[in-house]
Amino acid sequence: MNDSDAVAQAGLRPASTVPEAPGRSWRLSGDFLFHQAAVLAASLAAAALFATVIAITIDSWTSIQVFGVWGFLKSSEWNPVTQTFGALPFIIGTLVSSAIALFFAVPVSFGIAVFIAEIAPSWIKKPIAGAVELLAGIPSIVYGMWGLLVFAPVFANMEPWISNTFGEIPGIGALFQGPPMGIGMLAAGIILAIMILPYISSIMRDVFLIVPSSLRESAYAMGCTTWEVAWHITLPYTRSAVIGGIFLGLGRALGETMAVTFVIGNSNMFSTSLLMPGATIPSVLANEFTEATTKLYVSSLIYLGLILIAITLVVRFLAVLLIRRLSRGEGAST
Amino acid sequence: MIGVVARRRAIDVATKLLMGAATLVGIFFLLWILWTTLRFGVAGLHWDLFTKDTPPPGTNSFGLRNAFVGSLILLGLSLLMGVPVGLMAGTWLAEYGFNSRIANAVRFINDIMLSAPSIEIGLFAYAIMVAPMGHFSALSGSLALAVLMVPIIVRTTDEMLSLVTGDMREAAIALGAPKSVVITRVTWVAARAGILTGILIGLARISGETAPLLFTVLNNQYFSTDIMRPMANIPYVIFQFALSPYTNWQQMAWAAAFITVVFVLMLSVLARFFLGRVQVQK
Repeated sequence: MNDSDAVAQAGLRPASTVPEAPGRSWRLSGDFLFHQAAVLAASLAAAALFATVIAITIDSWTSIQVFGVWGFLKSSEWNPVTQTFGALPFIIGTLVSSAIALFFAVPVSFGIAVFIAEIAPSWIKKPIAGAVELLAGIPSIVYGMWGLLVFAPVFANMEPWISNTFGEIPGIGALFQGPPMGIGMLAAGIILAIMILPYISSIMRDVFLIVPSSLRESAYAMGCTTWEVAWHITLPYTRSAVIGGIFLGLGRALGETMAVTFVIGNSNMFSTSLLMPGATIPSVLANEFTEATTKLYVSSLIYLGLILIAITLVVRFLAVLLIRRLSRGEGAST
Repeated sequence: MIGVVARRRAIDVATKLLMGAATLVGIFFLLWILWTTLRFGVAGLHWDLFTKDTPPPGTNSFGLRNAFVGSLILLGLSLLMGVPVGLMAGTWLAEYGFNSRIANAVRFINDIMLSAPSIEIGLFAYAIMVAPMGHFSALSGSLALAVLMVPIIVRTTDEMLSLVTGDMREAAIALGAPKSVVITRVTWVAARAGILTGILIGLARISGETAPLLFTVLNNQYFSTDIMRPMANIPYVIFQFALSPYTNWQQMAWAAAFITVVFVLMLSVLARFFLGRVQVQK
């Protein structure tokens, strides 16, 4: 008899065969209530996801009716005075700032993960991993303050150099024009990159460490260098979870509010230059929500939130799916 | 041949240096942020912060008492709402759901909620509480924070209860204990360090959370403990004061940020301490 059978039979006994046991009815009802409470709690935890989507859809209904779906998505006019609202500049701002964040964060996270998993001597692994994870513990409002009051002035001094170096390159030169203000799309992307570093690198590190040592040791025995093992053995084996980790970081970046609100400059006009101020969906929500006076204005802001949810839900769904796929494959192969 | 070997070795050395540099970049930013917060935060510390309320604009005084009290009330209410739900949901997964299809679906949804942007949860609390009631309230803010905290507690509770060995449960069942008694007196007790870790991590996550509060609690310049009304709180005060032109407000924002960071880091250290005890038990 295996363990679960024993548990099942033992569990049945007091309930079915000892009806006159003292205190039975009290215990049974307590047991029943406990079970129901657990079911209720689990349903609540799972229902929260759907409730979020439904409640936010209902509250954006006023705006959906006025502007439609496609009309709202493609309009770039956001004018509270005339009560015309369109989401395009904010969608672009959200995607661009997150793309910048990934551009910087992915290679650096990969470097940190490989350094911890393959290169660092064992006594230094734990402190480094702990330090990088501390970055995830710092509240986003502190990133925002630091970004605006400390990082932006330093970055403003670097911007003329960026404009002069990259601004001359044909094609991408237009991305690096403008006065050195320190705040703007690029600054927000860099702060976001720092914020999502720990999420991406800790997933990468965790999955790099579960690569079977037989695989890595065989490669080393064939004379592979550390880099060749990381690039040709570890990375292909963990590919899906690595991509999942990147998506997880992307989900964080897309929805990050406070840090971006502080450093992006909050301009509702879209500019081609990354050095110019912009806005993201979360930043416009944080800035304008308390000022929104009319029902349509509030509803349009919540509509923006609904679009954000639609984007991040897809990203988070893929992230969880890809990260889980590796652990399941791992379970099957061992 | 030698050329190939030399090239491979050169690539290896170069990439190792790059990986090391990437690690240094991460640690550099960590130290930079912590150092700034420490320097400006300690400079802004003042005894009045704990004894006086937030001053009106233009005055030269200090005070954050109402915000500290408000934040503690918010966190307390969130714990009150989030811990029972998270604990019971995690218990259901580990003790009733096991690996059934529905339990795995709940785990999947929970993992998606785990990475939910906090601003979405803020809008959710606005939609289900603030909008119907017609005004901002501390209760709606703690609801948002509780929703953010639940997935963390669910996941750790589920994982930690699964670590408890089957023979402990069987011994209790053999003594005739019903399932609820087995769970509350045996498995919860055996997994208490791990469950506490989850609660501490959840608390750390919501302590500095600002975005959801913008749509729910808002702010209050005065001292208030009425949970059905807007309440002063540290994250909002940091947001408001950091963007203000007044020097004393900015100093207070740094001091509040410093205290928040210290609080969050202390929670993480405590969580790690309890997690260490879990691994010893195993």
